[in-house]
Amino acid sequence: MPPRIYVTSVLVDDQAKALAFYTDVLGFQKKTDIPMGEHSWLTVVSPHDPDGVELLLEPDAHPAAGPFKRALVEDGIPLTSFAVDDVNAEYDRLRAKGVRFTQEPTTMGPVTMAVFDDTCGNLIQLVTKH
Amino acid sequence: MPDVYDALADPTRRAILDELAERDGQTLFEICARLTMKHGLDSTRQAISQHLDVLESVGLISTRREGRYKFHFLHTTPLKQILDRWPIKD
Repeated sequence: MPPRIYVTSVLVDDQAKALAFYTDVLGFQKKTDIPMGEHSWLTVVSPHDPDGVELLLEPDAHPAAGPFKRALVEDGIPLTSFAVDDVNAEYDRLRAKGVRFTQEPTTMGPVTMAVFDDTCGNLIQLVTKH
Repeated sequence: MPDVYDALADPTRRAILDELAERDGQTLFEICARLTMKHGLDSTRQAISQHLDVLESVGLISTRREGRYKFHFLHTTPLKQILDRWPIKD
């Protein structure tokens, strides 16, 4: 059997702030929180798929992470991408919660996509496939 | 130095202006995505960036930083010199 993807990560500047954003604002649920010294192995999952792929809120403590993240953000490049049923509805919901978008929902061929700021130093893409 | 005629002579640069005319204030990522998915252009991000530099050097676009983001805006004023040079006679 080939390997399975069980976790993917975003590099966050503050794990507590990231957990609040990814749960309270975005709507994910906390899955694991294992203290590991200064930081934790902290993951969240989608309520639609609690046993599915976990998103690791990984500290961006490495000195190379800051310049990397800033360069992506300046050019509007998302670090990762999440699927939603209706990107326009999600855009309205998140905007009402104060989320900053760098790209409004835009239909391009088979997808509609938008890009928002996760407040932890990353841009994240939302995609609806038609 | 390129002038407005040089800037308009390239189809990729014209497509960039088309997309900014549809929605002003786009990130480099959005411009690249639109060119790829709507125009079927397979230019690299670096090539698009160079096209944007040409457009900016003749004043057809400008960039503005808002916090940590950088957006591109369309300016059509330089096109006026074309009509000044060859006025439309009704």
